[in-house]
Amino acid sequence: MSPDPAHAPEGARHLSPARVLDLDPLLDDPQTRIIVCCGSGGVGKTTTAAALGLRAAERGRKVVVLTIDPARRLAQSMGIDSLDNTPRRVKGIDGEGELHAMMLDMKRTFDEIVEAHADPGRAAAILSNPFYQSLSAGFAGTQEYMAMEKLGQLRARHEWDLIVVDTPPSRSALDFLDAPKRLGSFLDGKLIRVLLAPAKVGGRAGMKFLNVGMSMMTGALGKLLGGQLLKDVQTFVAAMDSMFGGFRTRADATYKLLQAPGTAFLVVAAPERDALREAAYFVERLAAEDMPLAGLVLNRVHGSGAFRLSAERALAAAENLEEPRIVDQGGGKAGLRNSPDTYDSSESPASDPPAAPDEGSPTVTDDGSPADPDSERSVDQLTAGLLRLHAERMQLLAREQRTRDRFTALHPEVAVAEVAALPGDVHDLAGLRDIGDRLAANRPELPDGEVRVSDGGA
Amino acid sequence: MSRLQVVSGKGGTGKTTVAAALALALATEGKRTLLVEVEGRQGIAQLFETEALPYEERKIAVAPGGGEVHALAIDPELALLDYLQMFYKMGSAGRALKKLGAIDFATTIAPGLRDVLLTGKACEAVRRKDRSGRFVYDYVVMDAPPTGRITRFLNVNDEVAGLAKVGPIHNQAQAVMRVLKSPETAVHLVSLLEEMPVQETADGIAELRAARLPVGRVIVNMVRPGVLDAADLEFVRTVPRTDIARSLSAAGLGGARRGQNAEKLVNPLLAQAEEYAERYLLEHEQRSALGELGLPLHELPLLAEGMDLAGLYELANELRKQGIA
Repeated sequence: MSPDPAHAPEGARHLSPARVLDLDPLLDDPQTRIIVCCGSGGVGKTTTAAALGLRAAERGRKVVVLTIDPARRLAQSMGIDSLDNTPRRVKGIDGEGELHAMMLDMKRTFDEIVEAHADPGRAAAILSNPFYQSLSAGFAGTQEYMAMEKLGQLRARHEWDLIVVDTPPSRSALDFLDAPKRLGSFLDGKLIRVLLAPAKVGGRAGMKFLNVGMSMMTGALGKLLGGQLLKDVQTFVAAMDSMFGGFRTRADATYKLLQAPGTAFLVVAAPERDALREAAYFVERLAAEDMPLAGLVLNRVHGSGAFRLSAERALAAAENLEEPRIVDQGGGKAGLRNSPDTYDSSESPASDPPAAPDEGSPTVTDDGSPADPDSERSVDQLTAGLLRLHAERMQLLAREQRTRDRFTALHPEVAVAEVAALPGDVHDLAGLRDIGDRLAANRPELPDGEVRVSDGGA
Repeated sequence: MSRLQVVSGKGGTGKTTVAAALALALATEGKRTLLVEVEGRQGIAQLFETEALPYEERKIAVAPGGGEVHALAIDPELALLDYLQMFYKMGSAGRALKKLGAIDFATTIAPGLRDVLLTGKACEAVRRKDRSGRFVYDYVVMDAPPTGRITRFLNVNDEVAGLAKVGPIHNQAQAVMRVLKSPETAVHLVSLLEEMPVQETADGIAELRAARLPVGRVIVNMVRPGVLDAADLEFVRTVPRTDIARSLSAAGLGGARRGQNAEKLVNPLLAQAEEYAERYLLEHEQRSALGELGLPLHELPLLAEGMDLAGLYELANELRKQGIA
């Protein structure tokens, strides 16, 4: 039933296809050590990360997937619904490889850094500081730092040969890239010294003038924040002082790790205007930061097995079926209902090929098997519905193609892997495996829609 | 009707679109609304097809009946300097703090201050009055952070008020919280008829309720038109393929014999119907899950031609018809 590939008039309508993103070689390459999935919210980033991790594992690699905020059932499907901030081995993996998965617990990650880098007394002081408690419990920004910190930790353990990272659903999707830098500029800043100033009063005489200026500053800060909070902040900063060097070093190291040749960024999007606009922004930002972009994963792409029947034509045919039955067409005229086989000009004019017996039931017979007018009407109504459904699908296809073409025009250099839309969500490893197959299927153009549509019912 | 309408939702559900349509609907018949963006993505400017919004309230649309929609994209850094100047007469200190990197610290790193500034600015707009004592804006609509962060975002002032136990920030945080927890505020959640957004909506509502924040309505966005109904879907499973081929042929789509064009359409069309049936079932389940939340439930249609300015007015009209505005 698949359309003849030699006739693919729809294909000509597309811009020259973007480069195809071949994911299996990327997953198989031992040089690939980190894959970062980024993209705006709601495009299937986490699912993509999990599916890639599973596929790489089943192709023999030892993989860990770091997810930030997975949907509950997705987490359950990988057995990581308990938050313990440690990678857990996922059961049910085929083959030699291993899949481990973890969900980021940012407070725990932060606490662990403190515990690892401060002596016990100082660590206790920091952990009980109210300012610290708020900071670590997940205010804007913390998640990004901690995701990067965790990535650095996992990489440093040398236990896995591939780390797949999901990124936080940030307001600005690239916050996680900015996080190390921002931390760095803060730690380098004068503010730290101001905050530390009271603790250092009574230093050398030469510092006195500076200290006057600084205590004015702390006065202003105190007025703004309230004395207690300022004191909490100061205690926190003082307690953390010894750790800042380490923070800084690690932030810089993580940033460099992201630029290293073993890292591959995948921008994830859906064929919708906003998601692709964000994706274009990502592509530009990654280039500006010298981050290695592997390509774009385009999720939820629709296809149709009947793509040569246009929306307009389908709608016209549907109206045709719904209206003209006013004139009574009695039984025995079914043969007249058979229209000439000419709707598709790319097809050789139909010289009625002999009707091969179809599963034992012949198609329309010329003697016209008498049909009950009522049931005929309801078949027509149903067929009209099917045609309307098809018209809707074709409109969706056209819309997706337009948004996609716009992206391709702007960024023809970006390789694209398309993933056919699934009707439901993914709940288990089989579902993830299916997504992995689709990711690697490597057929970006739509005329193979037949395959996708029938797969779509899975 | 609450004067501060907060619109949240899972990423990808179209909360910015719904917020904009709501602002437009509320402005109808001579009202003034302010549409506030807090995430710095310039989504509002794109929707209204205007250039990027500065940190300044400006008129971006007129509503039927002489209403006006104004928009503001809040920049946390400028908002902080604003505050320092307006409330504490700390203009010069503000500049000095900026030089130190304190403003950057406050708006990007310090716990929650950024969120305090964003909610604070929105509440200020809600309470602002002109010389004659009338409210400057009849309604303020906020395009808020996604469901996963909304409770923390709105509740941040409580947390900050607990951290900063005295001083202007403490007072400010408390004042903001009084507005947010009052009937003056309603938090709406945008969802889709899909499993993950519905689950997130349910979780979000539970969190909002636990924090005693006023939950408003659930708005299901991008609802696809029902093309086939349950009876059709039942029928499609049993109908002989040859009947459909014949019907397609009667509609002028080619021959009904095997290998002819109408007949070749049957399988792909039935495959699409099968997908539709699966989605139909899922949507039905999700609709009843949303129904169990015990909140007013509204549906907005998927616009076949994609989202544009005309579509925005269409959705605003739909919201009015459903009595939301």
